[in-house]
Amino acid sequence: MTAAGALAGWRAGLASALLGIALWQGLVWATGLPRFILPGPALVAETLWTSRVLIAENAVVTIAEVLMGLLLGALLGGLSAIGLAASPLARALVRPMLVFSQAVPVFALAPLLTLWLGYGLMSKVAMALLIIYFPVTSAFFDALMRTNPDWLGLARVMGASPMRIMWHIRIPAALPGFASGLRLAAVYAPIGAIIGEWVGASKGLGYLMLLANGRAKTDLMFAALIVLAVFTILLHAAVNRFAERVLER
Amino acid sequence: MTQPPALSLAGSATIGGEPLFRDIAFAVPAGRWTCLLGPSGVGKTTVLRLFAGLATGVVHEGTCAASDGPLAGRVALMAQDDLLLPWLDLIGNATLGARLRGEAADTARAREVLAAVGLAGMFHRRPRELSGGQRQRAALARTLMEDRPVVLLDEPFSALDARTRAQMQELTARLLAGRTVLLVTHDPAEAARLGDVIRIMTEDGIEEVPPPPGAPPRPVDDEHVLWAQASLLARLRKES
Repeated sequence: MTAAGALAGWRAGLASALLGIALWQGLVWATGLPRFILPGPALVAETLWTSRVLIAENAVVTIAEVLMGLLLGALLGGLSAIGLAASPLARALVRPMLVFSQAVPVFALAPLLTLWLGYGLMSKVAMALLIIYFPVTSAFFDALMRTNPDWLGLARVMGASPMRIMWHIRIPAALPGFASGLRLAAVYAPIGAIIGEWVGASKGLGYLMLLANGRAKTDLMFAALIVLAVFTILLHAAVNRFAERVLER
Repeated sequence: MTQPPALSLAGSATIGGEPLFRDIAFAVPAGRWTCLLGPSGVGKTTVLRLFAGLATGVVHEGTCAASDGPLAGRVALMAQDDLLLPWLDLIGNATLGARLRGEAADTARAREVLAAVGLAGMFHRRPRELSGGQRQRAALARTLMEDRPVVLLDEPFSALDARTRAQMQELTARLLAGRTVLLVTHDPAEAARLGDVIRIMTEDGIEEVPPPPGAPPRPVDDEHVLWAQASLLARLRKES
């Protein structure tokens, strides 16, 4: 067995994390930077523990924003893709709009969303939704348009209506595309929520990071960042697992 | 199943402005097997797809009709690719047509038909768990479930190994007896075994060739069948 082969699955992940921590500690020692510029792993771990209640309170808010954004984004993206795939008219009218909306940096919309939806949960959910809507729609739509033409011909000879072809053939055939859109979305959605929090919030990990940064509590900022990264990885894994289950059916 | 009609196709077809076939007149008699033999690219699949009412990418000028009215809804199709849906088991695939029409799926009949094609005990397998020959049997079962008077076969056995192909030819001939069948093939041996009527399609048009004696499926080692096969091949080579 090769060295890479021996490091399969979670062991590889753990080894990689340990290597990252070692490099981080090495950088701290080598540069001798003060702890408010670059705190070491031990200090961050300590802050993670001592500020656990504060971090948890804020993490819950961000997690709620991300999950709601992901759910709504997947739902809206999925329905949009089906609508676009079903109707050439919708494609002609809506697709240019979608492409244009992608040319607008979503980040630039964050202040607007805060203005329209307020400082609370909704502006962050909307931000997460916006950032994942396009990847989900586009991945699912492309898959819906790539249905094996011979399946479609067979279905037509069988006397199927376009709606039933969509439901019984095109959608099930395109689920792998939808799943890859969702995997991307699981990674993007937290970015959306954090940007939303940076622009204006009174709770959440993004808010906590800004606050810690402003008070030169870099260790707290790192701690919040690590929690966010771990959550994103878990979310991605969960979506992956869900997609595999659905596709195996 | 209703009384099977005869089919006829006449006229010319062009593909992107280039002629594909010109002034052909092709008749498929009712209730019999017609084999349309020809080299690749000559337009035999186009003929079949015109009968199926499928977009062919060609412009056809002429007639394409059944002897007793419109053909839509009376045709079943089976192709070289089994076209089984990978996410459905065999029952699901066999009853696909019913669900696509919004009818209740007759699973009891699906079991009977799957058993008749030799797939008893595999009702809940997915296509990926089957061999190529078994998948083509499942495709035949799905075709039989449609119970249409006209069956269009587009080289359905050409991807199978020789032994499986011979078995599938016999099974299909037996189970589709009495229907109007059009088999498009490039295999002279298949045409010699299965055709009540044999037509050769080349760049010059379609001509009829007398079939060997005996009712299909004819034995593979019969001397008349072998002779017919050889002369069909010679004819194909001469034409090209």
